Amino acid sequence: MTKPENMMTWKDLEIGSIVTEPGNASQYQTGAWRSQRPIHDFTKCIKCGLCYLFCPEGCIGQNAEGYFEADLFYCKGCGICARECWTRAIKMVEEEE
Amino acid sequence: MADKVGIEVSVAIGDAVKLARADVVAAYPITPQTHIVEHLAELVASGELDAAYIPVESEHSAMSACLGAAATGARVFTATAGQGLELMHEVVYVASSMQLPMVMTVANRALSAPLSVWGDHSDVMSVRDVGWIQIFTENGQEVVDNVLCAFRIAEDRRVLLPVMVHLDGFHLSHMIEPILFPEQAEVDRFLPPNQYPFPLDTAKPVTMGAFAPPVIYSETKKAQEVNIRASQEVIIECWREFGDAFGRYYSPVEGYHSEDARVLLLTMGSFSETAMTAIDRMRDDGKSVGLVRLRLWRPFPFEEIRRAVKEAEVLIVVDRALSFGGPGGPVCSEVRSALYGEAKRPKVVSFVGGLGGRDISLDGFEAIVSRGMEIAETGSEREFEMFGVRE
Repeated sequence: MTKPENMMTWKDLEIGSIVTEPGNASQYQTGAWRSQRPIHDFTKCIKCGLCYLFCPEGCIGQNAEGYFEADLFYCKGCGICARECWTRAIKMVEEEE
Repeated sequence: MADKVGIEVSVAIGDAVKLARADVVAAYPITPQTHIVEHLAELVASGELDAAYIPVESEHSAMSACLGAAATGARVFTATAGQGLELMHEVVYVASSMQLPMVMTVANRALSAPLSVWGDHSDVMSVRDVGWIQIFTENGQEVVDNVLCAFRIAEDRRVLLPVMVHLDGFHLSHMIEPILFPEQAEVDRFLPPNQYPFPLDTAKPVTMGAFAPPVIYSETKKAQEVNIRASQEVIIECWREFGDAFGRYYSPVEGYHSEDARVLLLTMGSFSETAMTAIDRMRDDGKSVGLVRLRLWRPFPFEEIRRAVKEAEVLIVVDRALSFGGPGGPVCSEVRSALYGEAKRPKVVSFVGGLGGRDISLDGFEAIVSRGMEIAETGSEREFEMFGVRE
């Protein structure tokens, strides 16, 4: 694996800044853009997966117990999951709280 | 080596691109570049050139098609001028930043408004900072030679950059000149097949032109800057090997009676030929004048310029473009900055002339030299003057 972006010098770049390693967008922490964070209440979650279907970032997956949860490394805090959740199991809270 | 052929320079460019065995031509016709791409369309239609000719709907699309073609590892050519280069502008940056080799001839043309199809260097200056290698030519033979060199420089593994070959619109593009064409076998020896290292290939997927957040963008630009500066060595090597093969040698900066001259003119492009004749005339009158011709516009040959002018007392730079509200002539501005740190340097006088197709005659160049010396003597060389404007 090549170096992470914040470690690369200009000499490490491939010609024309071509990316030769497929899938390295996964290194990009889009979660840093977030101003609001989703809080999942698993007592209300019915594991329907609607949040997973609606998430534009594709960052929601099932945890070990089968509940759906956002990966905060990628979650941009758009709130679509909270809006779509049938059982109101997801609440958006301000990051600073 | 064949005999000289009398041929329009634009048509000769098409023939040179055929000799270079271009794979893809994507272009949109615009005066005064039209005959170049018309001739290439004929060559492809008749089967004389085995290439894909992509007749696009605009220059923006022409350059976009060239990017895609270059990314496959094809040998790519396009041509434009003036407003066409302006419409292409956004994508021109992308070609150099993605290090996609290709060759573009620009039949230099003034910019609107008012509308002018005639030649000057306004279009060149709008692409000064786009990161392409840029070569200027003075006659048809130089254009043909440098189109061949441009492919080799662009595709060199140590460079991988797009190259512009500039020729003055009409003054060069529409002239019929005697031109020597090398034989196909000679060109094939000089110009090996393109070996672009990352051709689009589903078996080896890559991402080209990805986005760069602040954490990496500066590094990409530093790499680009180091690369284009380093290309000068390869350009010089290519010109030397071209000279060894074909007998015509080129350099980033070329002199004409410049070694011992007290007063030097500095020009770029086809009117250097008129300037040379003017120098002959002034030398016959006993004046100590010479000419420095700038061939390599980017990367700018700082050291060569310093060497070429350091012994002169006065250096008169004649630009064919204006930087409105700025330092006057863009070439002069670069020359001044090249000389600023030198302990011994000539007084630099800036003229702007030959705009929108207006000629500068032999008498004109003599008048520029006289006026330039006058300005230098009175110490008022900080300003620039427009030459030949009716007051």
